[in-house]
Amino acid sequence: MSTRSVIPFGPQHPVLPEPIHLDLVLEDEKVVEAIPSIGFIHRGLEKLVDKKDFNEMVYVAERICGICSLGHGLGYSEAIEHIMDIDVPARAKFLRTIWSELSRIHSHLLWLGLLADAFGFESLYMDCWRLREDALDMFEASTGGRVIFSVMKVGGIRRDVSDEMLADFSKRIDKMEEDLKTIAKPFLNDKAVQTRLRGVGYLSAEQADLLGCAGPFLRASGVNRDIRTTGYCAYGDIDFEPIISTEGDSYARTDCRIKEIFQAFDIIRQCIAKMPKGGEIDVPVKGMPNGEYMMRIEQPRGEALYYVKANGTKFIDRLRVRTPTFSNLPGMVETLKGCDLADVPILVLTIDPCISCTER
Amino acid sequence: MNMDFTNVAPESILDEAHKLKFAGFHLMQQCATRIPDGYELLYTFGKDYEVKQLKVTLAEDQEVSSISSAFPCAFIHENEMHDLFGVNIKMINLDFEGKFYRTAIETPFK
Repeated sequence: MSTRSVIPFGPQHPVLPEPIHLDLVLEDEKVVEAIPSIGFIHRGLEKLVDKKDFNEMVYVAERICGICSLGHGLGYSEAIEHIMDIDVPARAKFLRTIWSELSRIHSHLLWLGLLADAFGFESLYMDCWRLREDALDMFEASTGGRVIFSVMKVGGIRRDVSDEMLADFSKRIDKMEEDLKTIAKPFLNDKAVQTRLRGVGYLSAEQADLLGCAGPFLRASGVNRDIRTTGYCAYGDIDFEPIISTEGDSYARTDCRIKEIFQAFDIIRQCIAKMPKGGEIDVPVKGMPNGEYMMRIEQPRGEALYYVKANGTKFIDRLRVRTPTFSNLPGMVETLKGCDLADVPILVLTIDPCISCTER
Repeated sequence: MNMDFTNVAPESILDEAHKLKFAGFHLMQQCATRIPDGYELLYTFGKDYEVKQLKVTLAEDQEVSSISSAFPCAFIHENEMHDLFGVNIKMINLDFEGKFYRTAIETPFK
């Protein structure tokens, strides 16, 4: 019988931009069990509902994470808007959709860069992050921010985007799409990359669903679930189909994310073409929220839930944010079982972990 | 999204979770909210785009069964409820016994 040993993985590791700890139980080089633990960067942001009113909480929600900050502000605002029965102007919905897709582009490109870095493909890593800069430039031009945008508010958005800027976005996206075609080739075709990803970290559709997985991690296992199809923001007016794969391995997760970037370009183009002309970008918010709502949105890493319970005062009772990485951790632990120790960093990376989101 | 909440007694939550599992639902989230003299626990289950939400009202020191025997991924939500709110949850399949979150003070959301 092989000797069992326990190896600590993290919280500091070259592939981890944020801290998570795993106790890896090994038999020789095979992982037989992985026990996760978190809590290194827990900030208690949800507890701030005691001190910040429901409008100020938009800023707190945005600060949950530096990558999907826009989505957190959006999900929280939409939850309050449902409770207060606020109908957001159509132009604001379309701009929210454009920014959401720009977030998806920059998040997926960031992840692709990290993956390339984990392989040791330094030039590819820098190419991915250079392309990501274009998305951040568009954020800066339209919102004034590159990480925290503060453009979301209960009842709409804070800044309009001119038609000239939208036309410029359209040109920039065309250029980004051409660049991405070049960058995507090594990820999808290079033999060394395929050797590291193909058949590694397989998760079946049944397992992924039972373990509560979300986003590209779920869809790469063949589960057709993308919350954008529920039609929040302007997604109901956009023609798109969820990207899924049935292979369920690390390669499929990479493939899904690359295709989702191309899809995001298309969604932004559709939004620009269908953008309502002029008009309001927000509506006045009257009264205080009273009631509860669970908002679902599709963040770049997967479905995020925003539960808000309000009591008719300016301070809400509860904000609970269930982020995609939080629900992907059990699935990640499952994929680690039976893998080689050398594959652990890549497997941890393929769920696209965001620990700031997870711990809030 | 369906915003109907079904109230469930604490002793029935595990049975209800098993029923939903056999009906094809997956666990979306569990969370606790502080109420006077206790907690309100919210369980959210999904099947495709359908959602069912169960609420359990719990007294301050009352115990509730883990649903991790039905949904293995529940351990992550239940350890969080225990560590941040101090909810007493028994029989979690992977129980960190208060060590899942490294918080400076014990049960900061209590």
